[in-house]
Amino acid sequence: MRRRSRTIGSRFRASPRSNDVTALCDRKATELGAMLRAGETSSVEITASCFERIEAVEDRVGAFLARREDPAQEQAAAADSRIASGDAPAVAGIPLALKDVLSTRGVETTCGSKILDGYVPPYDCTPWNRLKDDGSVLLGKTNCDEFAMGSSNENSAFGPVHNPWDLTMVPGGSSGGSAAAVAAGEAIWALGTDTGGSVRQPASLCGVVGLKPTYGLISRYGLIAFASSLDTIGTFTRGVRDAALLLSSIAGKDVLDATSLDTPKRDYTEGIDGGIDGLRVGVVREALGEGVGAGVESSVRDAIDRLAGLGATVGETSLPHTDYALSAYYLIAPSEASSNLARYDGVRYGLRVDGADSIEMMTRTRGAGFGAEVKRRIMLGTYALSAGYYEAYYGQAQKVRTLIIRDYEAAFSDFDVLVSPTSPTTAFPIGAKVDDPLAMYLNDVFTIPANLSGMPAISIPSGLDEKGLPVGVQITAPVLREDVLLRTAFALEQVIAFDERPRLVTDLAA
Amino acid sequence: MPVEIDIDHVARLARLELSDEEKERLRTQLAVILDNAAKVGEVATEDVPPTAYAIPRSNVLRPDELTPSLPLEEVLANAPEVEDDRFKVPRIAEVE
Repeated sequence: MRRRSRTIGSRFRASPRSNDVTALCDRKATELGAMLRAGETSSVEITASCFERIEAVEDRVGAFLARREDPAQEQAAAADSRIASGDAPAVAGIPLALKDVLSTRGVETTCGSKILDGYVPPYDCTPWNRLKDDGSVLLGKTNCDEFAMGSSNENSAFGPVHNPWDLTMVPGGSSGGSAAAVAAGEAIWALGTDTGGSVRQPASLCGVVGLKPTYGLISRYGLIAFASSLDTIGTFTRGVRDAALLLSSIAGKDVLDATSLDTPKRDYTEGIDGGIDGLRVGVVREALGEGVGAGVESSVRDAIDRLAGLGATVGETSLPHTDYALSAYYLIAPSEASSNLARYDGVRYGLRVDGADSIEMMTRTRGAGFGAEVKRRIMLGTYALSAGYYEAYYGQAQKVRTLIIRDYEAAFSDFDVLVSPTSPTTAFPIGAKVDDPLAMYLNDVFTIPANLSGMPAISIPSGLDEKGLPVGVQITAPVLREDVLLRTAFALEQVIAFDERPRLVTDLAA
Repeated sequence: MPVEIDIDHVARLARLELSDEEKERLRTQLAVILDNAAKVGEVATEDVPPTAYAIPRSNVLRPDELTPSLPLEEVLANAPEVEDDRFKVPRIAEVE
């Protein structure tokens, strides 16, 4: 397959600086789309290339909870006919992985939890429904922290995911499987969900692009809920243009989600290469200081210099309530979770542990079915919402949310986009933070504010740290300014020209 | 001031069975997390209104049209116990 793809892809040879990684599964969706249209490859071949890679690395990475080789090949063959007929959408034939919190009709969806082991949704989530209509190919469902609660993917009931850059390290979370799959070439792109950073942080730790659009731009219908006012579906890709392409297929109003925004369907790749001359870039002061790894800080500062080099005006700005955002998040998200997860009662789906009466059955089912972090958050949320404490915790947290939004409004009156590290550190060893919830929660300190405020944000690789692990730089834009966000990220991506791939992948090509 | 939590009461509200070991661990961890979370009170003053949704929307309606429901067999296929097209649960009331 590698030899064949090299021949097929001769017109699309990667730039000379590139690592010699030329399997179809290592290419970007945009390149593959052009090859498909030129008749130089087929979706069946690309899909086979992904499964070949899965076969080669998956026992070490653990990105997938379910693989769908035969159905994927059927979808690929159908996409090939559609492409041959000449009217296929841009995403047609490009293989995709979906985080296992996204409902897929007829395909088991577990949320990484024992309580949903064996659950087969009777309907599709809207993003997959749209992608399927557009000729997408589903490779499988990816591993994640249980109910998307976590920053390391260690909270999955079905085992951890290993970072393709260093298999002893976490891939980040909660969408760790989607991030690792895209980094390792097991999928061309993937969807995840981002409630407090669960797309951007694993993208950062795995050296891929992670986009969290504006809250409400992508329908949440069929996304199994964690914290409904924060949950946002996002994309994992190996390039910014790919992110724009994938977003174009899934974004837009959906009557099945009352919080989805009235935005028309549009092509987000349009104008992406317009450059950023004169753009006002604000560097978030609170995000480059204490607690930020040296390798992270220098890489992000380098990216900021490059933005200036592209003609942007760079200045310092402040989000003064950053410290409080984390506290507010760890009240709001568990509160909403404790309510959303009340549905797992052993009656309609999932696990049931018998009891003498209904209450005992429910209590035992939930005790046996949920893992430690989910229990911790249900307890936290139940307490924060309980009589006598509601005002002091949940009510106050909602006020802090207002202050965070005001911080952004002030910053965006002076700047078009804001820049910070995505995460304070690069990937950390599996097991390092499992017994210290507060240390684990700190992973999300720079990503949480965009969830509390609904702003779109993206993480792109800015380089490697001294340990050879990827660093991510985060760009944030005002609500529904995905155009500015993607244009900035694309311009920066071109000058950073990050073309490193994990050794796991380059070793295969050698 | 450390937060003292009645773990049994909260677990009962949450319908969550916990082992003694889990209760002990949660008592410590929740106190630490809540102690940290209480920071929100430092800045959340009287005059700041709460935000429930960052991008608020109201009166979101869709056309009132009949559409098919989910297929009964597929829905019930996920249930732990079914009887006559219904979810079956243990007794919910005492008899006699």
